[in-house]
Amino acid sequence: MSKYNITEDGYYGRYGGAYVPEMLYPNVEELRQQYVSIIESPSFRAEFEKLLTDYVGRPTPLYLASRLSEKYNATIYLKREDLNHTGAHKVNNTLGQILLAKRLGKTRIIAETGAGQHGVATATMCALMNLPCVVYMGETDIARQRPNVERMKLLGAEVRPALSGSRTLKDATNEAIRDWINHPSDTYYIIGSVVGPHPYPDMVARFQSVISREIRQQLLKETGHENPDYLVACVGGGSNAAGTFYHYLQEEQVKLVAVEAGGLGVHTGKTAATTTVGTPGIIHGSKTLLMQTRDGQIIEPHSISAGLDYPGIGPLHAWLFESGRGKFYSATDEEAYQAGIQLSRLEGIIPALESAHALAALAFLPLIPSDTVVVTLSGRGDKDLQTYIDRGGY
Amino acid sequence: MNRITSLFRQKKEQVLSVFFTAGFPALQDTVPVLTALQEAGADLVEIGMPYSDPMADGPVIQASNTRALGNGMSVELLFEQLKDIRTHIHIPILLMGYYNPVLQYGVEQFVTQAAAAGIDGIIIPDLPLQEYEQQYQQLFQAHKLSNVFLVTPQTPEDRLLHIDRLSTGFIYIVSSSSTTGNQQQQQGHDSYFSRIRQTPLQNPALIGFNIKDQESFRYACQYAAGAIIGSAFIRVLEQADDLRPAIHAFIQQLRGAAEPLPSVPHRQTATL
Ligand SMILES: Cc1ncc(COP(=O)(O)O)c(C=O)c1O
Repeated sequence: MSKYNITEDGYYGRYGGAYVPEMLYPNVEELRQQYVSIIESPSFRAEFEKLLTDYVGRPTPLYLASRLSEKYNATIYLKREDLNHTGAHKVNNTLGQILLAKRLGKTRIIAETGAGQHGVATATMCALMNLPCVVYMGETDIARQRPNVERMKLLGAEVRPALSGSRTLKDATNEAIRDWINHPSDTYYIIGSVVGPHPYPDMVARFQSVISREIRQQLLKETGHENPDYLVACVGGGSNAAGTFYHYLQEEQVKLVAVEAGGLGVHTGKTAATTTVGTPGIIHGSKTLLMQTRDGQIIEPHSISAGLDYPGIGPLHAWLFESGRGKFYSATDEEAYQAGIQLSRLEGIIPALESAHALAALAFLPLIPSDTVVVTLSGRGDKDLQTYIDRGGY
Repeated sequence: MNRITSLFRQKKEQVLSVFFTAGFPALQDTVPVLTALQEAGADLVEIGMPYSDPMADGPVIQASNTRALGNGMSVELLFEQLKDIRTHIHIPILLMGYYNPVLQYGVEQFVTQAAAAGIDGIIIPDLPLQEYEQQYQQLFQAHKLSNVFLVTPQTPEDRLLHIDRLSTGFIYIVSSSSTTGNQQQQQGHDSYFSRIRQTPLQNPALIGFNIKDQESFRYACQYAAGAIIGSAFIRVLEQADDLRPAIHAFIQQLRGAAEPLPSVPHRQTATL
């Protein structure tokens, strides 16, 4: 166990914990007591690995993006999470959690979603496992991620709009938590990122850790070295980044680059760049960095990308930031949008706007020609077509 | 003696606690609402500190939080509003709210100022037992502030006893597994309420969540020292043209004619 692993009582440094009202305590406690033994059991591992291979389509390729490499004058690989079934990394986690939910005897699944990728992945797993599914989604996100709303419905899920606050991911999460409070015994809440009360951040990170497990093997095969110089991933709550960093947390020579959504600019008040403008506090049951007023009221975030439009980050990332192990950057709406167009033109890959933030950060890194960089392409851009169209200029 | 403790010494049944949101419906309504509640016969009050993301609350209290924050309510302002309260308010007052605003204010400063303003107790539903025990229990005790924890139908026996050991004043029995203001029926929770009643607790108990009228209040009072009204009262404030008469009418209707209920025999309340 190193200082980047979670402690016995659920903390990374001073971040983490389980700050939940008594109504949620038994559910969270049940999970805490059982998650490790269940997910480390041979039968769970076997079922999880088999479905990751046969159903999700793993391993995802590690692709040497040569035109992008030429552009930035370094060796750049893309970890193609966009090629997973359902189009993003989110499915790694939903598969793991639904198998866990079944073993806990739960019969109803709920989830929150921002971009809709986690909602689609949850709806997909519920169809596969024949479980009823309710997905909470902010009204703003329902409008800007329409294709994913329709996909969820087609898959048989019920999509319930969250009408409070800025009507985005934070508010959808509040509604999902309220649903869970109202259905304490039959319902399992599949959280979509490394956020929420312990043990969710650790559990989700473990399920997403397949990303860095594969990167290590693939990089070794490609280059003869397991370690790149840089790992780059976008951070909403931080699940694709946690999965990308997981097996490298102890390898201090590998630079971990996390990219947050700068929105209109980090000092415009229209941002989701939590490490720049955030302070320690509690959000959704976890002590972490979040965007808040002096009075401890949560500030509404802004990002072009629904999946990054969240006023906090997972406690692991708060700790990586504070300890200096992670380097945090932010990309504005415009920078991300341009990076998305650039990847489309250079490599024939239209990225999700979330992933485009990670790509935009390539321009900020002090790269030298001998550097090997792995950027996690967390999802594909189909869901964002309307945003790309509305912004125009390509 | 702490006013909550003395209240429960004197009154062992039909205790009525009323919850309302500070700075609602208008910013300066906190003290007038409190005053009217005392006049109308509430035994104690819980003043809600509004929060942007009240995850355990239903739509009615959520909306009151949003409005109060929009009015400019804050912890700092609440202490300002309450600073002379003990010149005319003698009933016990608790402050209730989510942990984050208290944490940002500074727990020590919060507790110190609350005690100085004559507040008797605090309810922070998302404050973990362990964190309270390790970091704040002594602070609360030093300021003679009660700390009230919640229990639910899912709370196991050993945890109920742990909560009782850490609580002072009373324990808050959440009537059913739900957010506040849910329309679930009280009836049908007899076995849960009876189980708690039969547990040898050091604290008296109040039943809260989804108590909305005379019937549900009386039902709850059969099983505990009293009950807590929240959302139903917020709705009254929301709809009232004139707060004071509306508050009086609501409390009167809730208490009803004081006809005695066929009461379940009471357990012995241990003296504190
Ligand atoms: C494609 C994609 N990438 C990234 C994210 C952000 O989530 P996280 O930070 O948990 O990876 C989302 C969330 O919806 C997403 O859909």
